[in-house]
Amino acid sequence: MTTPVLRVESLRKSFSSEVVLQEISFDVPVHTATVFIGASGSGKSTLLRCINLLDSIDDGVIELDGVEISDPRVDSDDVRRKLGMVFQSFNLFPHMSVLENITLAPIHVQGVGRQEARNQAIELLKKFDLGDKADQYPDRLSGGQQQRVAIIRSLALKPRLLLLDEVTSALDPILVNEVLSTVRDLKSDGMTMVIATHEMGFAHQVADEVCFLHHGRIVEYGPPEVVLSNPQDSRTKDFLKRVHEAGRL
Amino acid sequence: MRINGESTAPQSGGRASSMWTPSQFELNRRRIRSEQNRRNAIIAIISTFLVLGTLATILITSPGFKSLTDTFFAWSYGVEVLPKVILGFCTNIALTLIAGTAVSIFGLVLALTRTSRSPALTPFRILATIYVDVFRGIPMLLIILLVGFGIPALRLQGLTSNVLVLGTIAVVITYTAYVAEVIRSGILTVHPSQRAAARSLGLSNVQTLRHVVLPQALRRVTPPLLNDLVSLIKDTGLVSILGVTDAIRAAQIASSRSFNYTPYVMAAGLFLLVTIPLTRLTDHTMRKAMERQNAQGLA
Repeated sequence: MTTPVLRVESLRKSFSSEVVLQEISFDVPVHTATVFIGASGSGKSTLLRCINLLDSIDDGVIELDGVEISDPRVDSDDVRRKLGMVFQSFNLFPHMSVLENITLAPIHVQGVGRQEARNQAIELLKKFDLGDKADQYPDRLSGGQQQRVAIIRSLALKPRLLLLDEVTSALDPILVNEVLSTVRDLKSDGMTMVIATHEMGFAHQVADEVCFLHHGRIVEYGPPEVVLSNPQDSRTKDFLKRVHEAGRL
Repeated sequence: MRINGESTAPQSGGRASSMWTPSQFELNRRRIRSEQNRRNAIIAIISTFLVLGTLATILITSPGFKSLTDTFFAWSYGVEVLPKVILGFCTNIALTLIAGTAVSIFGLVLALTRTSRSPALTPFRILATIYVDVFRGIPMLLIILLVGFGIPALRLQGLTSNVLVLGTIAVVITYTAYVAEVIRSGILTVHPSQRAAARSLGLSNVQTLRHVVLPQALRRVTPPLLNDLVSLIKDTGLVSILGVTDAIRAAQIASSRSFNYTPYVMAAGLFLLVTIPLTRLTDHTMRKAMERQNAQGLA
């Protein structure tokens, strides 16, 4: 059996006395997408931040390509180079143009030449229909465009694994679609992803495996046809029912 | 603000906007608006004349006005001493340039030290905090006196007793503390999410600071920093108490020779000649930066 890109084993995370994640274990094989669903505050974002080493964990092991990255002796900058992360609030750098945002890390982290980084960035922008926005500043773009630029920015490092943290939560329903279709394109390109989302329809389309997080635990996981369409756990059923009532399914 | 309704007309909404003629309501509204504008302009002119005219009348008809103009605005004497005052003012400018450069460097280093999290820098962090606390809390005049008269009194070999150098050092000591705090506050206003985004792109701590945090921080603190620069230009005049012949000292010498205060007015004029354009420039650069990046980027 091949080593999964990401392996999380018995992860535990607490903020002072409050335990936000416990007994979290899952594998993400190459070219697959694992989608985390669950109510706000169930720990989805924290989990992604832990994988990206932005938060430290209290117990358990995280492995990237079979190498433990939760070891404190590991160079976290080195790990983050292999991981792409896209945030709910885009977090583009407002003082840089779209092109500068995208080429910053390739130039300064990977040491790619300026011209080459530029060409790669423009190629990526064209691929995602943003070719004409290269010299714009982020504040001139719509939310959907900003988020797509943020996705491209993390792609420019050719990451092993992409972490998407509720990438559509700050967008209105119409802009949501352009971002989701970008993510679907990535999926068909074979990108390995861990996704936290509230978009159940999208989860259904893109997920190889869905995990339902409840109060910091994975209470149900499996293929989307099972977890989303035919959930076994009463808490999953309850959650999906509420999502359905809110009109998001 | 530009409204781009006209310029985009040939594209999508072309037909609708080229056909559009203002309705009767709109024409009426425009007429009323232009009437209001005219009336407001007339009111503004009348009120300006009334207020400024009254002030001027009070000033000119006051009993001491003649002696005031004689002692403060004796133009012929002013022109006579002007070269000396200008020569003194060059000292102020040179002092500002040298001190300003030194303050920018030291201030930045101090601010970076105070905001750093590296455990190795802990002692420097403590020292930086003490430095800022102490030198921000002492009047600059005192620092100038302490440095200007204290250091020569030590009679240490190799230490200068040049008052200009000592005065500059004193100014740098005080302003570094102010500027460090301004820059530090700028660094702290950059949202943590920006740092998180940069770090998750694999940028190191130093790279994050250099490419993401500092550019945003410095842009935000440019107005207060330029404000400090204007203060610095003025405060260089304080070194005159050490005997440095700057514009103020030159004016003082000239006026004590003739008991006429016109040289002071000349010196004041010279300071304004530099500070006012600088203030205008500040406004201009800030507006340009905001236009380029849109208002939100500076929020």
